[in-house]
Amino acid sequence: MHLPTTLPCNFGALSVIKKAVNSQRPVNLDLRTIKLPITAYTSILHRISGVILFVGIAVLLYALDKSLASEEGFAEVKECLTSPLAKFVIWALLSALLYHLVAGVRHIIMDMGIGESLEGGALGSKIVLAVAAVMILLLGVWIW
Amino acid sequence: MVTNVTNLSRSGLYDWMAQRVSAVVLAAYVLFLLGYVIAHPGMGYADWHGLFSNQAMRIFSLLTLVSLSVHAWVGMWTISTDYLTSMAVGKWATAVRFLFQAACGIAMFAFFVWGVQILWGI
Repeated sequence: MHLPTTLPCNFGALSVIKKAVNSQRPVNLDLRTIKLPITAYTSILHRISGVILFVGIAVLLYALDKSLASEEGFAEVKECLTSPLAKFVIWALLSALLYHLVAGVRHIIMDMGIGESLEGGALGSKIVLAVAAVMILLLGVWIW
Repeated sequence: MVTNVTNLSRSGLYDWMAQRVSAVVLAAYVLFLLGYVIAHPGMGYADWHGLFSNQAMRIFSLLTLVSLSVHAWVGMWTISTDYLTSMAVGKWATAVRFLFQAACGIAMFAFFVWGVQILWGI
């Protein structure tokens, strides 16, 4: 980059420009300062549910391990699942799973080129939230 | 130039594909298992044990464990490279991100080994 160093200029601004030009990657917009559209909320929920599931794998594997190890273990897991706290944990985990699944199916539909426009994206987000809400409600009915 | 070396395949397109393929396997497994449990209310230990002892189910479960490892890595990698940046965590961002990714990788590997032990221990 050729900078006219003999001309009078603001060196503070110049160093900012130089830094931006020389950095390896473009600086992303600061999400914390932007009002988010509905598509952003379904996207961040997809990520949050993914992280919850990553941690939740341990809980699910523990339950699977115990329930398969012996008849007593199976009875113990079944007994545990009658407590309100365990029911809530399972409901929360499976809710994250169902939301992640529905939002993931939308991703694959969008990969096929369906609902990629601005309006299509917003509509798709609303459908994801509605379908996931119904499934999570039905899951709650099934668990309790 | 982007100098990222921690993604799964060093190719964004391949990672994208791996994420989708593993997602389809995970979706199939979740829907099957959820459907099976809902269709068999009051299931006993013998049915449950029998289901997971079935060879086809073992293959399906192992495929799901592999898919889960791939899917979780791509997902946690994506999140860590998006949020654990120098803008968010300062000048040690690369070290923080690397340690986070290492922790995720170790956790996922432990989950995988544990899952194999469960499947083959019965």
